[in-house]
Amino acid sequence: MIFKDMMTMLAEGTRDTLYMVLISTLLGYVIGLPLGILLTISDVDGISPNKVLYKILDIIINITRSIPFLILLILIMPFTKLVVGKSYGTTATIVPLTIAAAPLIARMVESSLKEVDKGVIEAAFSMGAGGFTIIWKVMVTEARTSLLVGVTIALGTILGYSAMAGVIGGGGLGDIAIRYGYYRYETGVMIVTVAVLVVLMQVLQWAGMLISKKIDRRRGK
Amino acid sequence: MSIIELKNVSKTFDAKKSNIHALSNIDLCVEEGEIFGVIGLSGAGKSTLVRCMNLLEKPTDGEILIDGKNLLKLSNRELRLMRREIGMIFQHFNLLMQRNVLDNVCFPMEIAGVSKAEARKRAKQYLDIVGLSDKAKAYPVQLSGGQKQRVAIARTLASNPRIILCDEATSALDPQTTGTILNLLKQINKEYQITVVVITHEMRVVEEICDRVAVLDHGVLAEVGDVKEVFKAPKSNAAKALLLERKIKQLEGDVANDI
Ligand SMILES: Nc1ncnc2c1ncn2[C@@H]1O[C@H](COP(=O)(O)OP(=O)(O)OP(=O)(O)O)[C@@H](O)[C@H]1O
Ligand SMILES: [Mg+2]
Repeated sequence: MIFKDMMTMLAEGTRDTLYMVLISTLLGYVIGLPLGILLTISDVDGISPNKVLYKILDIIINITRSIPFLILLILIMPFTKLVVGKSYGTTATIVPLTIAAAPLIARMVESSLKEVDKGVIEAAFSMGAGGFTIIWKVMVTEARTSLLVGVTIALGTILGYSAMAGVIGGGGLGDIAIRYGYYRYETGVMIVTVAVLVVLMQVLQWAGMLISKKIDRRRGK
Repeated sequence: MSIIELKNVSKTFDAKKSNIHALSNIDLCVEEGEIFGVIGLSGAGKSTLVRCMNLLEKPTDGEILIDGKNLLKLSNRELRLMRREIGMIFQHFNLLMQRNVLDNVCFPMEIAGVSKAEARKRAKQYLDIVGLSDKAKAYPVQLSGGQKQRVAIARTLASNPRIILCDEATSALDPQTTGTILNLLKQINKEYQITVVVITHEMRVVEEICDRVAVLDHGVLAEVGDVKEVFKAPKSNAAKALLLERKIKQLEGDVANDI
């Protein structure tokens, strides 16, 4: 394979991977953030306890999380086809990635929000704050560092999943690694592709941690 | 009319083994403009009592009247409005750690829908009152305990309260800082005619700032009266025990000084 072609392929693969990962994580938060908030407030020591709601969400999330990603990918293919029109390629992969991301994100949001000091929430209630203010201005804002660490973890996990989607022609770097490394025995291409994945993961991790530290006011300035 | 009136208030917590009667049939009046103390040993129900006064804790039985209005009959919205008139400060300050001092003081005004510019202007005045103008841009983590409590006091002032409830507001502070915070509360009480309810397990706090005091003993109101009278001639066993404890502490202090 010509060097120039390989570079083009890797560049396109990286672009596709980033596209899948970023969009899926974003959509994952669109679903997972409200779910995580609901879990937090409906739990027994939450601001509006609701045993039934908590239990239902809890079970749904546990079930979704215990399905291995590759199985999920195949299980929901008909659904994916319904939504996107086809069941392979980058855009189609966003569907299973989002479904895998949402429950993971919901759990991470839940654990971040539960770290918020009960006393501060109580103080806000004593000032006459309503539920909405408490959730956004106290819980989410106070937990922002931890929430951002969660975003970093979610991005990393989804990046890993997106590579797995390569097995069924999911597009992106994982797809390239499998096509060239597994089917065509071009180990060189595979190694370079994996190296790019490693670098992507490192950059995400590093940037995420840097930002979350930067916005944390609890360590003085 | 009393500004705070509790009528036959009881609070029972459901526990696995047996129910906990945190408060039993409390009748109590706090008059406008006074500094009212509630004292009792740990677990006596002091926090539960004061948390009933703004309905952070819902009593199992009885009525809570603020200015003659029954809190238990208010709608959610009315309760939120009412809570703005009842400030509260806590043992562990409960400041927003991700906001600086000025923005912490602005928070209650944000809740009340005051414009940002107006809120900032007023927040600076409240910081001035508590003597922390120079720390407006600092974050809570950079402050000492006493300074944090001053911010918390400025924050309660920001909602223009008629009542301030203090739950062990000085218990996390050293004796000297306790003194300055108590003086600040006294000054606010005098200058702004804000009624103050202080919950404490320290006799010293009652002695230094309270006009009247209630003694709680295992959820029962053992005694209420002028601080001077209760100190001179305690009627209940709980009050006698607390006074004795105070005397022993003083003696220990004297002995320590002699050595
Ligand atoms: N949320 C709760 N659930 C169950 N029991 C509770 C709860 N809150 C308080 N109690 C119980 O009610 C009783 C009174 O508690 P409270 O916190 O009012 O006491 P206190 O006088 O403030 O004590 P301290 O000086 O230690 O703060 C205690 O026996 C306590 O264990
Ligand atoms: Mg207490």
